[in-house]
Amino acid sequence: MADAALARVHDREAAAAFRRHYLSRLAIYGLLSIFAIIYLVPLLVVVFNSFRDQAEIAQNGLIAFPRSFAFHAWADAWSSYCIGGTCEGMKRNFMNSLWMAIPATILSTLLGALNGYVLSKWRFKGSEVLFTLMLLGVFMPGQIALMPWAFILGKLGLTNSTYGLILVHVIQGISFTTLFCRNYYVSIPDDLIKAARIDGAGLWRIFRRIILPLSPPILIVTVIWQFTGIWNEYLFGVVFTSGREQPITAALVALTASGTNVRNYDVMSAAVLIGALPPLLVYFFGGKYFVRGLTQGAIK
Amino acid sequence: MSTIDADAGRISGADNPRPTWRERLVRISPILILAPSLAASFIYVFVFTIWTLYISLSNSSLLPSYGFVGLDNYASLWSNRRWNIAYSNLFLFSAFYIVGAMAIGLALAILIDQKVRGEAIWRTIFLYPLAVSFIVTGTVWSWLYNPTDGIQMLVRGLGWTDFNFALASDRNTAIYAIIITGIWQSSGFAMALFLAGLRSVDPDLVKAAQIDGASTFRTYRRVILPVIAPIFLAVAVVQIQFAIKTFDLVAALTRGGPGISTTFPAIYVYDLMFQRGQIGEGAAAAIMMLAALAVVLVPYSFFIVWRHRRESRHG
Repeated sequence: MADAALARVHDREAAAAFRRHYLSRLAIYGLLSIFAIIYLVPLLVVVFNSFRDQAEIAQNGLIAFPRSFAFHAWADAWSSYCIGGTCEGMKRNFMNSLWMAIPATILSTLLGALNGYVLSKWRFKGSEVLFTLMLLGVFMPGQIALMPWAFILGKLGLTNSTYGLILVHVIQGISFTTLFCRNYYVSIPDDLIKAARIDGAGLWRIFRRIILPLSPPILIVTVIWQFTGIWNEYLFGVVFTSGREQPITAALVALTASGTNVRNYDVMSAAVLIGALPPLLVYFFGGKYFVRGLTQGAIK
Repeated sequence: MSTIDADAGRISGADNPRPTWRERLVRISPILILAPSLAASFIYVFVFTIWTLYISLSNSSLLPSYGFVGLDNYASLWSNRRWNIAYSNLFLFSAFYIVGAMAIGLALAILIDQKVRGEAIWRTIFLYPLAVSFIVTGTVWSWLYNPTDGIQMLVRGLGWTDFNFALASDRNTAIYAIIITGIWQSSGFAMALFLAGLRSVDPDLVKAAQIDGASTFRTYRRVILPVIAPIFLAVAVVQIQFAIKTFDLVAALTRGGPGISTTFPAIYVYDLMFQRGQIGEGAAAAIMMLAALAVVLVPYSFFIVWRHRRESRHG
C-alpha cells in the first residue's frame, strides 16, 4: 500500500516535472520563432516584391503574399532603370563595386599577411610600438580623413574613379588585415621558424614554405571581412565618386531617393537585392569564417 | 624572437666580418616590407588627423585655406542648433541602441544556449542582417515605416482601420525608427559574441550551481553572467564605435529628416563639407566626432592594458 502511494506521488511529481519541461521548451521555441519572424520579414518582403507586379504592390501594400509573378523588375533594375539622368540600371555600379572590392581585398589581405608575418616572426627593436601605431587606424572615423583624401585623390587625378576608392580602402584596411594576421601568426610556434633558419631558409622562403601553407584559415576570415566591408561601404563612395562611377551602395541611395512621386517598389526591391546579394552569398557560404572574423575584430 | 636577428647575423656572416650588400639587404628586409604600410598608416592616422585639426582652426570655406582663426569654427559649430541636435541625437541613439542590441543579443544567446535543435539555423537567421549594408537595411526599413505602403497599411488592411504607425515620418519619433533598425541590424552580432562567451564558461561551475539547487534563471544571474562580464564591455565598445561613425543608416533611412530631427554628427560633417562648402566648420565637427570616440576608447584601452598586466601577474 505504502509503496503504491509512493509510486503515485512519484508519478505525479514526474508528470509535473515533465509538464514544466515541456512548457519551458515551448516557451523557448516560441520566443525564438517570434524573433526569427522579425528578422526574416524584411528579407521576405524585398524578395517577394522583386517578383510582384507594381500594380499589385500599389493595391495590396508592401507586406503581402505575392499574387502576381514577374521577372521584369530584375531585368529593369539590372540594365534599364533610370537613376538621375542615366537609364542603365545597376549593372555599371555593380561592376564598379566588384572592380573596387576585389582588388582592394586582395591587396590589403596580401599586405596584412606580410605585415603580420614580420610583426610576429621577425620582431625587431620597436616593432611592437609600430604595431600599436598601425592599430590606431582601426579606430579612425572616416570623417577625419575626408578632406585629406579629397585633396590627395585630386592631386593624383583619382577623383571620381574606382582606382581612387581602391587606394582609400587598401590603406584603410591595412590596420585590420595586419591585426588579424599578426594575431594568428603569433600562435605558430617560433621553433618551426628557427629550425627553418638553421637549414638556411630566408625570410621569403619561410613565408612561402611554412607560413603561407598554414594561413588559409586566417586568409579566408580576412578576405571575407574585407570584401563585405568594402562592398557595403557608403561614405567614401558617395563623397569621392558620382554618377556612373559610383559603387552600388551610393547608387542605391540615389535610386531610392530619385523616384519620389512614383515609387516603383518592384524595381527598387530587385535593385536592393542586387546590392545585397554578394555579401549575402559570402555570408551563407562562409558563415563560420564570417562569424570568426566578427568576434576577432571585436575582441582585438 | 629578437634573438633570432642577432643569431642570423652570426650564422650568415660567421666567416666574413664585413657583411655584403646582400646580407645587409636580408637584415633590413623586415623593415623594408613594413615600410610602405607603416608610412601609409602613419599618414592616415597622424598626418590626416593633424591636417583636419589644422583645417578646423583655419578660415577654410569652399576650399581649404590656411588663415588661422583659432577656435572660431568650434564656437560657431556649438552655437548652431542643428549641431546641438545632432550631438544629443548621438547620445540618445547610442544609449538605446547599445542597451537594446545587448539585451536582445543576450536573450537570443541564452535561448540558443538551452540545447535547442537546429542551432545553426537559428544563428544564421539572427546574424544575416549583419552581412548586408546599412544602406540596404535602411532602405528596406524606410519602406516598412512608410505609412501609406508599409506596416501601417498592413495592420489597417487587417481590419484595425485607425491604427497609426508613422514612426519615421514624425519628427519626435523618427530617431526611434533609426534605433529600432540599428538594433535589428546588429543584435545578432551581440548574440554571436555572447554565445561564444557562454560556451567558454567552465561547465563544472554551472553543474555545481545546479547541484546546489539554483534555478536556471539564478544560475545565469549569479554564476554565468558575472563570468562573461568582460564581453558586455567589448560589445558595448564596438557598438559605440558603430554609433559614432554611423552615416549610412541615417542617410538611407531618414536622410536626417523630417526637418532636422534625425541629424547626426556624421551627417552634419558631410553636409558642411560637401553640400554647403563650409570646410573649416565641417573639420571642426569631424574633430568633435574623434573626441567622442576618444572619450570611449582611451579609457577602454587603458583598462585592457591594466587587465593584461594584472592577469600576467596573477597567472
